[in-house]
Amino acid sequence: MLTSVYRLVRPRQFELVFKDITLDTSHVIVHPVRLSICNADQRYYQGLRAENILRKKLPMALIHEAVGRVVYDPSGQFQEGTLVVMIPNTPSETDEVIAENYLRSSQFRASGFDGFMQEYVSMKPDRLVPLPEDINLSVAAFTEIVSVSYHAIRRFLRFSHTRRNVIGVWGDGNLGYITSLLLKIILPESRICVFGVNEYKLHDFSFADDVFLISEIPDDFYLDHAFECVGGAASSKAINQIIDHINPEGTISIMGVSEDLAPLNTRMILEKGLRLFGSSRSGREDFLGLINLYKENPDVVNQLEKIVGAEIHVKNIQDIIRAFEIDIHKIMGKTIMIWEN
Amino acid sequence: MANNIFGIILAGGQGTRMGNAERPKQFMEIGKKPIIIHTIEKFAIHSAFDKVIVLSPRAWISHTRDLIRKYIPRSSNVVVVQGGSTRNETIMNGIRYIEENFGLDDNTIIVTHDSVRPFVSHRMIEENIRAAQECGACDTVIPATDTIVESAGHQFISSIPDRSTMYQGQTPQSFRAKKLRDIYESLTAAEKQILTDACKILVLKGEKVQLVEGDVTNIKITYPSDIRLAEALMEGK
Repeated sequence: MLTSVYRLVRPRQFELVFKDITLDTSHVIVHPVRLSICNADQRYYQGLRAENILRKKLPMALIHEAVGRVVYDPSGQFQEGTLVVMIPNTPSETDEVIAENYLRSSQFRASGFDGFMQEYVSMKPDRLVPLPEDINLSVAAFTEIVSVSYHAIRRFLRFSHTRRNVIGVWGDGNLGYITSLLLKIILPESRICVFGVNEYKLHDFSFADDVFLISEIPDDFYLDHAFECVGGAASSKAINQIIDHINPEGTISIMGVSEDLAPLNTRMILEKGLRLFGSSRSGREDFLGLINLYKENPDVVNQLEKIVGAEIHVKNIQDIIRAFEIDIHKIMGKTIMIWEN
Repeated sequence: MANNIFGIILAGGQGTRMGNAERPKQFMEIGKKPIIIHTIEKFAIHSAFDKVIVLSPRAWISHTRDLIRKYIPRSSNVVVVQGGSTRNETIMNGIRYIEENFGLDDNTIIVTHDSVRPFVSHRMIEENIRAAQECGACDTVIPATDTIVESAGHQFISSIPDRSTMYQGQTPQSFRAKKLRDIYESLTAAEKQILTDACKILVLKGEKVQLVEGDVTNIKITYPSDIRLAEALMEGK
């Protein structure tokens, strides 16, 4: 079957090509219905990745956050019409120790191969997770980024000591919002403090116990553990500020992506005996756990509705470009493409 | 649950007899599959259709069935039926099949489509169904890019219509099946003779036919050069 694929061929330029999907008994065909734009997509779209990376990866369909409906499943595992979230991580092997999203052999949609900007997507059944039918579709569209926070928190619970009285989250963007929201649900007894640079953004963190501007953190403020959700050029500034305010033997979860190296205060990391760990992406277990959390805590989905930004109907390349340009100029929130292809 | 919506794939009226050098064009391959299979797949996986009826020339019915069995793992919703002597007679055969097997009422919708337009999209099919339900009939079109020139005597220009109101017709074309059939049957033989297009049946009788946005990629594969064009639209070609 010929399915249309919208590929980025060079920064800010998309091309429509057709891919032949084979209908077989080991794949499920999904029709994407809502797509969500991530910063990683923007780095390709705006040409912010290194020249050699762009040359190697493009042309490629962007978008790794999406939901769709099952249209065809000869294996019979899914009913036609089932709303599913599509898992972008695509492992080719299993490992007893290493999680699927860290296996070097795994491929990732819109990074190693075509993302979800397609008319139909052919997926292995284990890359699909059914969603509650009544979920807000735009919130569902960015389940993947929420699963990344969920994944980092699960790892944090494994790696950190159990004194979790105060946990700080650096970053007042989407990732900071999502991570602090999940932390408050998963660790309700902990005091969740958010640190950012925009007072008006911090007002949205109504579930947090405290919010601070990074320029106004009291010198005597200390926390047990922290999450860095800043990324970019400000990564090292954020991590070093965390190192200043964290108690000994605290754990720092690094989640922000930076294209540049980040100099760190290693002396204090050593002196305080800190643990720093990184997380990236997520796997099937994280999606399953998160969707259970959604079912048990409907407030989470409601709080996530606050970061739904522009919702743009997309039928063609002009609409796609419009969505990406609107996303560049947003102040906060996730830009959603209502996919009508 | 039945939706009362049917896909009708028009796979040629006359066809070509076995023994001739050329197979009908819908059986030529693009990529690694016959064109007709690419087209049927688009309809077969669309959950709106109660049945997808492929109208084939008599000599090619078994061949078409074999191809469907070979390429589409779950194809119980696809049936191959003999086409008619003309495009509109072929559509009528499809409607007759629906009436005999599912019953026909005022709300029965048919989405008719050329078997040689494999680039039809999910959106076009969706919008066809919606427009046919709302308006009773629709035609998939794209704005004309070339100037249209009319010449009644085939020698001199008789008129040049305003291009901004001109469109090129594609398919799908979708209808309330019963109404289409009733109007068609009310036409005289002479009227039927001049009909090259199903939408014209309704236009002749003053019925409204809504426009649905097509796409330049929704090409009809007619000539050998179209095969090359189709392969150029596909990745890695």
